[in-house]
Amino acid sequence: MIAYAWLVPAIPLVAYLLLLALGRRVHEGVAAAIGVLATLISLVLSLMIFVDVAQGGGQLPYLWTWLTFGPGPGHTWQAGFEVNSLNALMLVVVSFVSTLVLLFSRGYMHGDPRFGVFYQYLLLFVFSMLGLVISPNFLQLYVFWELVGLCSYLLVGFWYEKPEAAAAAKKSFVVTRLGDVGLLAGIILLYLATGSFDYDDIARAIQTGGLQIHWIGPQGLATLGALLVFLGAAGKSAQFPLHVWLPDAMEGPTPVSALIHAATMVAAGVYLVARSFALFDASPVALDVVAYIGGITAILGAAIGLTQRDIKRVIAYSTISQLGYMMMGLGVAAYSAAVFHLFTHAFFKALLFLAAGSVIHAVDTQDLGRMGGLWRRMPVTASTFLFGALALSGVPPFAGFWSKDEILASTLAAGRPLLFALGMVAAFFTAFYIFRVFFLTFTGRYRGDRVPRESGWVMTLPLVLLALMALGAGWAGAPFTGYALERFLGEPSGASEAGAGPGVMAISTAVSLLGIGLAWLMYGERATSPEAWSRSLWPLYRLSFHKFYFDELYQAVIVRPAFALGKAFDWVDRRIIDGIVRLAAEATLAVASGVRRIQTGQVQTYGLITLLGIVALIAVSWSLLWGVRS
Amino acid sequence: MAPIGSFLALAAILFCIGLYGALTKRNIIIVLLSIELMLNAANLNLIAFSRLGVSANVAGQVFGLFSMTVAAAEVAVGLAILIALYRNRNSTDVRDMNLMKW
Repeated sequence: MIAYAWLVPAIPLVAYLLLLALGRRVHEGVAAAIGVLATLISLVLSLMIFVDVAQGGGQLPYLWTWLTFGPGPGHTWQAGFEVNSLNALMLVVVSFVSTLVLLFSRGYMHGDPRFGVFYQYLLLFVFSMLGLVISPNFLQLYVFWELVGLCSYLLVGFWYEKPEAAAAAKKSFVVTRLGDVGLLAGIILLYLATGSFDYDDIARAIQTGGLQIHWIGPQGLATLGALLVFLGAAGKSAQFPLHVWLPDAMEGPTPVSALIHAATMVAAGVYLVARSFALFDASPVALDVVAYIGGITAILGAAIGLTQRDIKRVIAYSTISQLGYMMMGLGVAAYSAAVFHLFTHAFFKALLFLAAGSVIHAVDTQDLGRMGGLWRRMPVTASTFLFGALALSGVPPFAGFWSKDEILASTLAAGRPLLFALGMVAAFFTAFYIFRVFFLTFTGRYRGDRVPRESGWVMTLPLVLLALMALGAGWAGAPFTGYALERFLGEPSGASEAGAGPGVMAISTAVSLLGIGLAWLMYGERATSPEAWSRSLWPLYRLSFHKFYFDELYQAVIVRPAFALGKAFDWVDRRIIDGIVRLAAEATLAVASGVRRIQTGQVQTYGLITLLGIVALIAVSWSLLWGVRS
Repeated sequence: MAPIGSFLALAAILFCIGLYGALTKRNIIIVLLSIELMLNAANLNLIAFSRLGVSANVAGQVFGLFSMTVAAAEVAVGLAILIALYRNRNSTDVRDMNLMKW
């Protein structure tokens, strides 16, 4: 079965091409059926592959030669696919969430004039993401990496008539591009040093110290390579300081947010770091950077999420924060804990987004201030959202509890109490903000003006399935199943794991419940007024509400100077470079208008000049002849 | 029998007079006449060579007759062009025929 793993991305690609051929006027049901069917087949194949891998199926990469441009091992590039436990897991997660999101979109995008195009883009994305996951080397990964970025751009800007959506699409593309440049530089650097793009070859070269490049030592090279790769991962996974694009990307349709900006594409950065973990492991500095960037991102995202008024933005900041957790886990070498969190997060965050999408679909606004009291009117959405919120907050026995605790325990075991504290505070914030959303949306009095109705089965069925996963996915790595998932993933050399002891579990549960309780007091019971809190803590409130002024800061420090530089270059181009060109043209014209006066139009003048010419020719040829003779 | 040099000198002198006239005269009819003069200088050469040349024979005189016939026809065409030009420009001064410039 593993030998046919290429079928998993190929089928969505075929479906994409089919929809492309059918054109944009295709019937909604047909487009959705093709999409869901294709991803469903991918899901079934992924599950079969997963089972094969779990039973110890072969893990050899299937490679063929792509390009040969010289003798020697460094001059042959290979393409192909590989299946190991990490990407078998990713295949299942991606195809599972994709299937549900494509089903959900049938209801959510109903009536959109570009419905067929939406499915095309989604299928192209699913193909790219699955291809990314089974890429056996950095080069092929980079190709798919850019493809998912392109799909993200297309889907964020799907409603491009809205200027905000167009701007958000541009921003997401440009900001992730900053990271991608780093990734590309890292790939080239590693290729120059090792003559290979293959993850395992590079890892082996690093472990044996066989890195050869003259201007940098082996240790420095490992650090530089890892940091450049991490730059790419940070851009894709919205890590501080490149996190600013993800909240804006919420301008896209909500299923896109669930699929791309919660479960799959943004996790690609975490996947990349996990896949090239051996590289990071060779450099303690790089690991520290990963850990602290992750920790900062976790607390930053959670702190901003506390005060946002847009339901999707809160969840987007939550995604940033959770991705920070995963990076932090990888940074303290808790490899399988981070992948475990990626796994559980994909389900409960997709669930939260889809449930939010269901709410948005019903009330036609994203403003938390215009929701409320939806528990009665949308019971399925509300209860599934509650499942997702509990999983995100880390309340046992929901999925997020197990994975988050493992990361937190690993930070402690790695001797990083600061990261542990950051993680705990972020966990408190997380519980608070997600239940703030829950209470504002589903309890109290309805403050909107449109009568909300529960969504149809195409939208609630994915919610229910994801809710089950949000409840149960964590059990795969829980102590009472003997950490099955961790054993399945296996530990790469250098990874250190710490199972969460009862102490950490108790603290984190208490912290989560505290956050939930505070949210309940403020927004559920209204025992204490949130306005009073925000007034008394106004500097902090303003910081959080304005997202720590990152956008303004970047505007002032990067965007404006960049535009100014562009204007200066434009001036140089117009005035100096174009000026030189125009000068050449004008000079030619001026000379010509002087010289053309020789042409008198008098036949007699021409005749005279011809005569003189002939005489001169005769004189010359004669003298030459005489010269030869004498 | 005069030597061939005298004939050739006469032809050259006639040619130069014709050339001078063609390049300097203002009246277009004089220019045409000058061109005819150059043509006749060439004819004179043909006839001189047919009589006194290295392989003297009658072909030169026959060629001269043909040349004069062609010249007659050419003058007819030339005069027709001159009349057309005169009607067009209302002048016989070659300095007015200056359209062939920038």
